[in-house]
Amino acid sequence: MAERATRAPGRGERATRLRAVAGSWDAVLLVALVLVVGVGALAIEGVASPRFWRFVTLEVIPIALIALPMTLVIVTGEIDLSVASVLGLTCTVMGQLWLWGVTSLPVLVAVALLLGALLGAVNGLFVTAFGLPSLAVTIGTLALYRGLAYVVLGDRAVADYPPEWTMGAIAPIPGLTIPWMIIVVAVLAVVFGLVLHATPIGRGLYAMGNNAEAARFTGIDVARTKFWLFVATGAMSALAGVFWTLRYASARADNGNGLELAVVAAVLLGGVSIFGGRGRLAGVLAAVVLLGILRNALQLAYVPANTLTIITGSLLIVSVVGPNVAAMLRERWRRRRPVTPLPQE
Amino acid sequence: MSARMRGGRAVALAMLTALTLAATGCASAEEPAAPAQTGASGGAKTIKEGLKIAFLPKQVNNPYFDASDNKGGKVAVAEFKGVYSQTGPSEASPSAQVSYINTLSQQGTDVIVVSANDKDAICGALQEARAAGAKVVTYDSDTNPSCRDAFINQASAEGIAASQIKLISEAVGPDGGEIAILSATANATNQNAWIAMMKTELAKPENSKLKLVATVYGDDDDQKSFQEAQGLLAKYPNLKGIISPTTVGVAAAARYLSGSAYKGKVQLTGLGTPNQMRAYVKDGTVKSFALWNPSDLGYLAAYTGGALASGLITGKEGDKFTAGKLGEYTVGKDGTVLLGDPFVFTKDNIDDFDF
Repeated sequence: MAERATRAPGRGERATRLRAVAGSWDAVLLVALVLVVGVGALAIEGVASPRFWRFVTLEVIPIALIALPMTLVIVTGEIDLSVASVLGLTCTVMGQLWLWGVTSLPVLVAVALLLGALLGAVNGLFVTAFGLPSLAVTIGTLALYRGLAYVVLGDRAVADYPPEWTMGAIAPIPGLTIPWMIIVVAVLAVVFGLVLHATPIGRGLYAMGNNAEAARFTGIDVARTKFWLFVATGAMSALAGVFWTLRYASARADNGNGLELAVVAAVLLGGVSIFGGRGRLAGVLAAVVLLGILRNALQLAYVPANTLTIITGSLLIVSVVGPNVAAMLRERWRRRRPVTPLPQE
Repeated sequence: MSARMRGGRAVALAMLTALTLAATGCASAEEPAAPAQTGASGGAKTIKEGLKIAFLPKQVNNPYFDASDNKGGKVAVAEFKGVYSQTGPSEASPSAQVSYINTLSQQGTDVIVVSANDKDAICGALQEARAAGAKVVTYDSDTNPSCRDAFINQASAEGIAASQIKLISEAVGPDGGEIAILSATANATNQNAWIAMMKTELAKPENSKLKLVATVYGDDDDQKSFQEAQGLLAKYPNLKGIISPTTVGVAAAARYLSGSAYKGKVQLTGLGTPNQMRAYVKDGTVKSFALWNPSDLGYLAAYTGGALASGLITGKEGDKFTAGKLGEYTVGKDGTVLLGDPFVFTKDNIDDFDF
């Protein structure tokens, strides 16, 4: 490698350190996952059973579907809190169309996805065209979309879908107990993973999260990229809504109420920085699975709901605080040693 | 760079481990079926000992369900020497309830006593639990009849609606006026049935002076119910009375009224618990309210579940069984067991109750 006599501790070095922290966070998640599965299987009756995995998978599918685009959004330094309301509104519109006699599943799914994309586009427009903070915009649409869901169905529930649809949505992969929808999630995870980690677009997303101004100078169209991210998030939330409707055989205005918190919790626990610019999809997926297993295993172990809420809340705090504290400690440790040998590359 | 790679591979490995575990789990033998329900003794007319009976309310931390489950169901289960438990979500959502039904089914529970947050959304999970050997008894709020073995009806919808309208009519006085309903969630099966029957009741000539102007929903959330009550009075200045057929709603509305200028002028009745309403009955905000005894409801539900799991009854119309201190009950149409008539609480009798 080339000689480097002087090296100011600039942005590059800091980014490398942050990346190293991110790497170790993945290791922490891995250990946690293995521990939870291992200890759970040994100590809690039922965790090792195929039915447990079926139930866990069914529960995490909608969270995983929304967490995929949410990861990209948060990496750019934005957030979308309206996802659960998009899910709810899609459910009710699907339900109303069914009541009106639309009996073709592909048509219903297509309409749902288009609607989701449209709702996402509204978010994207407010954020990019008007330059408003996404936190404020999506808190607004969180309430707006949920309100519209109540306008569509009110206090009614649409529940008379054909059993082939409702059973079909949760049907297992032949020979297994795990629902086939997980394959859809896996394929989409690969797509989102490739976009984030193996394309110039993905690199651009990190650049935006680190410094939107600088990203703009490298030729990335920040506004357009972010707009399409919100559209993708809307569409994926709608897909989760379709699954939700069929899985619970019930379209209601309050479907998925509060799910945005579960999604954001999983993304942050997965090591994505709430400030943007850092985090990887693999970590997020591990966190989604970890939270799902933990919840179900603790439930099986007769842990009451209140304790469960405290545990997941604490995990979230740890995930937000943990990496930052680790980075801070490293920084201090380095400063304590005045003569730092140059890293051998 | 290398740290990053290692992390990625590690996570991939973890996912693989999880999936492999799941896959190998499937290859193993079927789970042992629930113990056969045919008792050894043919003629025994008693409930079997050691039955695992779990109560799954709409949500935990709700005083109403604490009374029905922990002060009623628990007592009954102890009487026939079963194993009692109460579990459930901290928020009243159907999807959270599904997760708990799945858990109970995996724990090999003999009887699931559940108050449904949605009559359809928890159906699939209940059917799966029944296929695994559990008996399902609904109480407080029913599911579709095809998804459970029996439903314990706390009071007939007609009985409740008639008593609520009678109480508000007496409180408002002979001149009548505008009234409103403060309900729980917009989709609660029981609430909607009662509201429909109240409308039927209001259509009768003797109630022609009462005019229902609004139905609002407090979602069984104290703060939301409080705000909805506040909103009603702001929107309808001529409002004479509020009916809130939910324990959370009526307590929140009473709290608002007792601290406002409307105290004693706007009448309030509903379904409430004596402990929550005591202060408002004594300070004159509320003249009377109704309820069944939730402890009796949980008690009857536990005995019904025990009788089902012991094979004493199947839940068909005409089945007879004895529910401890409450005496003999007969299963009605659609597997429904009726607890009895609603009970009216006033300042004269409220101190006889503690729940």
